[in-house]
Amino acid sequence: MKISIASGKGGTGKTTLSTNLSAYLTEKSTVVLADLDVEEPNSGLFIQGKLVNTEDKYKMIPEWKEEACTLCGLCQEVCNFNAVIRLGTQIMVFPQLCHSCYACSELCQSSSLPMISQKIGQISHYKRGKLDFVESRLDVGEEQAVPLISQTIKYIDQHFSQTRFKIFDAPPGTSCPVIEATKDSDFIILVTEPTPFGLHDLKLAVETMRSLNKAFAVVINRYGIGNDEVLEYCQNEKKRLLAKIPNSRRIAELYSRGELVFNQIPEMAQALKDIEDYLLKLSAKVLS
Amino acid sequence: MKEIVVISGKGGTGKTSITAAFAVLAGSDIVLADCDVDAADMHLLMKPDFAQKETFYSGETARIIQNNCTSCGKCLEVCRFNAISIIHDQYIVNPLSCEGCGYCARVCPTETIVNEIPKIGEWYISKTRTQGTMVHAKLNIGADNSGKLVAKVKNEARQITENLGKEIILIDGSPGIGCPVVSSLSGASFVVLVTEPTVSGLHDLIRVCQLIKNFNLPAGCMINKSDINPQKSKEIMAFLNENNIPLITELPYNEQFSAAMTMGKTIVEIEDKQLSELIAKAWNTITNKYV
Repeated sequence: MKISIASGKGGTGKTTLSTNLSAYLTEKSTVVLADLDVEEPNSGLFIQGKLVNTEDKYKMIPEWKEEACTLCGLCQEVCNFNAVIRLGTQIMVFPQLCHSCYACSELCQSSSLPMISQKIGQISHYKRGKLDFVESRLDVGEEQAVPLISQTIKYIDQHFSQTRFKIFDAPPGTSCPVIEATKDSDFIILVTEPTPFGLHDLKLAVETMRSLNKAFAVVINRYGIGNDEVLEYCQNEKKRLLAKIPNSRRIAELYSRGELVFNQIPEMAQALKDIEDYLLKLSAKVLS
Repeated sequence: MKEIVVISGKGGTGKTSITAAFAVLAGSDIVLADCDVDAADMHLLMKPDFAQKETFYSGETARIIQNNCTSCGKCLEVCRFNAISIIHDQYIVNPLSCEGCGYCARVCPTETIVNEIPKIGEWYISKTRTQGTMVHAKLNIGADNSGKLVAKVKNEARQITENLGKEIILIDGSPGIGCPVVSSLSGASFVVLVTEPTVSGLHDLIRVCQLIKNFNLPAGCMINKSDINPQKSKEIMAFLNENNIPLITELPYNEQFSAAMTMGKTIVEIEDKQLSELIAKAWNTITNKYV
């Protein structure tokens, strides 16, 4: 069962919940955690497992072969992303703009734009106790997160078909990277905080999950700051509230040092237990 | 004209709250641009009036006109994004997966696929509650956040700044290191990095610093919640030192941040003067020393 942990707003506690929940769930279930926030992957800072495998990941881009090229300019014409441009007697490729659609390459009459691979990032597979952890990291300078996210999900599908819980730490926002990270999931946990920013972005995240037709529930982090509007929203809109994690300077301090908190904060362990109870029931339903 | 861009790499460091506080201090001296268009929040603090509203179209999405489709399957064959599927014997494009490359339309023998330019959001020119001018936007759910809307907001802000004869554009940038943040940074005169002394704050700071180094942009750093982990704050300062990035200020952990937000105010408008003095000093340093 795939569970994405997402939030509209950044910094609400997605990574805190992903890492702590994953570690907690391993006591009863098989679990793999994948960090799909590839622009800024942080889960690994809290998991610190033993490296078992690492793979470079690539995207395909066209490479100009001068010899047979007739400079007809079709490549430039078919590229919707301005990634291939004819300049005088040269064809120039801009890898950052390329979406790997293959149109220029496959439509070229003289086969002058074969596709080659270009590294965009890296997947690293770690083990911490019983927990498997897969980190996906976009190279700085690469602008497109989506191709790497989709390859990471493929890696999870290939290696963890029998694993009970596949937890995805999703990127923030409501645009293409978060869609990619959540569209295959069976269930989404939306993490928010009880502030006006939290509420505003929760509503956007809810809309996003609705557009994908996903089942979801809400976890309120840093409960106690701000106001009750998020709570009222969940009640009025009949959104399932899975847990409330209390606001605590102690949690913030433990987080700042890269520590998992559930062993030291009973309220966190309780919140995770509530979530686990729900997920176990849900996974029994999904599997049956 | 100078562009000050505030970014953070990591979300939740206080970037938007701090930028809004700067905007309140500067009032109508600056033009404010919210380039964090994916889940934009600045408007919650600045209460813009949405006086002028424009729809933004960008990219392409394929659509198959069912009547003419012969179900030859060529489109499905060439699509690299799994955006075309057969549902009840009909070839259908899933707009959320379609990247708009146009390859399917090009190979369709019956010209039955059209490329439509989707509406990806809206942008606005507003007066804020503190009488400043603000350019901002709303990205649609699931839209391709290619940075085009960010570029639009910036360009409009530049135009307005010039027309109004102002000198400074203050820009709330996007999180991460991908295309929206690259778009936010283009043309920046000075980058304000907002971070926090946590393992992830430092990790993400290092990555955005690599990015701004690639673009050769001058930057300064603000450490928010600095006392939550003094050791980590020291590590951040050492990193800044090595990279010749000045420390603008340190702000203590203070729950007034969220208290102010709950009142719809910025941290320079509440009774607690500890933060407002530090923020005012930081804004002075940025505008007088670095820009």
